Amino acid sequence: MEYQAKELFAKHGVATTLGVVVETAEDAKAAAEQIGGVTVIKAQVKAGGRGKAGGVKLAKTADEAFEHASNILGMEIKGLRVNRVLVTPATPPVEEYYFSFLLDRSNRQYLCIASVEGGVEIEEVAKTNPDAVKQIGIDPGKGVDAAKAREIATEAKFPEAVFEQAVEMIQALYKTFVEEDATLVEVNPLARLEGDKLEALDGKVSLDENASEVRHPEHEAFEIREEADPLEAKAKDLGLNYVKLDGQVGIIGNGAGLVMSTLDVVAYAGENHGGVKPANFLDIGGGANAQVMANGLDVILNDAQVKSVFVNVFGGITACDEVANGIKGALEILGDNATKPLVVRLDGNNVELGRQILNELNHPLVTVVDTMDGGADKAAELANA
Amino acid sequence: MSIYLNKDSKIIVQGITGGMGAKHTALMVDSGAQIVGGVNARKAGTTVTHKDHDGNDVELPVFATVAEAMAATGANVSVAFVPPAFTKDACIEAVDAEIRLLVVITEGVPVQDTAEVWSYLQGKKTRMIGPNCPGIITPGESLAGITPHTITGKGPVGLVSKSGTLTYQMMYELKDFGFSTAIGIGGDPIVGTTHIDALQAFQDDPDTEIIVMIGEIGGDAEERAAAYIKDNITKPVVGYVAGFTAPEGKTMGHAGAIVSGSAGTAAAKKEALEAVGVKVGKTPSETAALAREILNAR
Repeated sequence: MEYQAKELFAKHGVATTLGVVVETAEDAKAAAEQIGGVTVIKAQVKAGGRGKAGGVKLAKTADEAFEHASNILGMEIKGLRVNRVLVTPATPPVEEYYFSFLLDRSNRQYLCIASVEGGVEIEEVAKTNPDAVKQIGIDPGKGVDAAKAREIATEAKFPEAVFEQAVEMIQALYKTFVEEDATLVEVNPLARLEGDKLEALDGKVSLDENASEVRHPEHEAFEIREEADPLEAKAKDLGLNYVKLDGQVGIIGNGAGLVMSTLDVVAYAGENHGGVKPANFLDIGGGANAQVMANGLDVILNDAQVKSVFVNVFGGITACDEVANGIKGALEILGDNATKPLVVRLDGNNVELGRQILNELNHPLVTVVDTMDGGADKAAELANA
Repeated sequence: MSIYLNKDSKIIVQGITGGMGAKHTALMVDSGAQIVGGVNARKAGTTVTHKDHDGNDVELPVFATVAEAMAATGANVSVAFVPPAFTKDACIEAVDAEIRLLVVITEGVPVQDTAEVWSYLQGKKTRMIGPNCPGIITPGESLAGITPHTITGKGPVGLVSKSGTLTYQMMYELKDFGFSTAIGIGGDPIVGTTHIDALQAFQDDPDTEIIVMIGEIGGDAEERAAAYIKDNITKPVVGYVAGFTAPEGKTMGHAGAIVSGSAGTAAAKKEALEAVGVKVGKTPSETAALAREILNAR
């Protein structure tokens, strides 16, 4: 969110005004009084187009700040509820620019995008006036030093009056990008204020989750729990790789590719069964022991929308008999909490043994199938029953 | 023949004494691959012992560095099972030692570390596969990674995939034909070997008669591969793309598997591949059936 991005900017020496983040209209009023003069009240959600949605308002007085904050708090922007507003001094820009550093997957390097025609959607500028948007590749091994920053500022045609400030800011933004392990650091608008002062008026930072895990424990503070889906939060606590979707067939599988593929196959099968859809993505990885399987089933069975569950496992490193024992153990752990039909497809190493274990289990909720397509069809049929 | 890996490949394991490293070293030794040693600076001078397929003990020396391991054993391939925090250093060490092939299995490597390694190895002698990949297998000859060696044997199919389990699934579906080489390139946003690299290598490999290419949402690697196929690949290619039902903005397991705005969708990838004459299956089994049709018509 904007206020979090600005905290990171400030930490690395990018000129910005932090403002005050509040959760109530009363606090917004107090913040406006404290700041004095005209303020801006800005909805804090992880979405663009906040201004268009009515989530950004100018307040001439503290009472106006109260009024705007009461309207903005609780509103929904692109499906996200606004729980916080940022109160900042109103600093009308003389000019607006765009600047970002990002990970360029295609070219396996970093990319800097800069435009002195910013303030609006950069994609629009790129379409209507592509020459105004400069894209400069950055070698991750070399980075951005003063000379490179100068080259970027020249290329982007930053005006003379703010040129040196731009060179400083480009280096500070690159420092933010690298030291925070970001995949995107974006300033839009990068504003030239009265008195030719350059400042990051609004911004966005996307962080690399792998890096946060490895070396940025402090990034956890940026997660806002109340805004996470409760099932996703629960899965995360259990160490499961889970994404909640809007459907009726719960999915458990091993390996990200196979699980993605399973969702697709279930969606196709659903076309023949009343349009049922996959309810989630859940990758239990290679292990598939009883406890992991039980945790996965527990999360999925807590999804009220789920009508059936499709367990799709390829026994590679973990042979199918181990997986079957995992499912058996999970059902024992869950006991009466296992309430919805389970379609199980096992294939791969020791598949005969695995199927035998499940057939002998003869559990009333479990159907064992031979193929992935057949399993998807059966699970969709059960979800539509 | 095969690509990148064959019966003469001499393999060392970086992180041979760790949990994952030990488990998969055992499986690689069992597969018959020439595993010749390992690296762990703190356990240099010791040995680890695993059993080969006939139950005989194979004693593997542990070295302090990749360079020492290469000098002592003649190794030309390294498989890294190093924790993500230390992967960058392990890769740079292997590149400096001029290992020919470096296979990075580790999942969870910070993407800027991979970007730095990629920049570092430009103009050097090392090909990197991964990170976050199952590695590479030339059935009946060698295995550098975690792909189960028991699924199938040698044959005319070349396979390149972003996903591990879909690699195994496809090998299983086409097990009656067998594979020249199956390579998992990894699911991270930046990887050392791309679909394009593997496609060209399979094109040049006389034992590969058909190529199966598996992709997934995120990035534009499949679109670029499609453009490459049009101009450079004359062998038949069958494709599969996972993630049609993935929502925008959510990472689906693999760090690189994310649809951003309208970019990186499965539909766009399928369309790009079909536009250049690649037959794309709707499901893994349909894809296998398409490959089977071509194989049977030979």
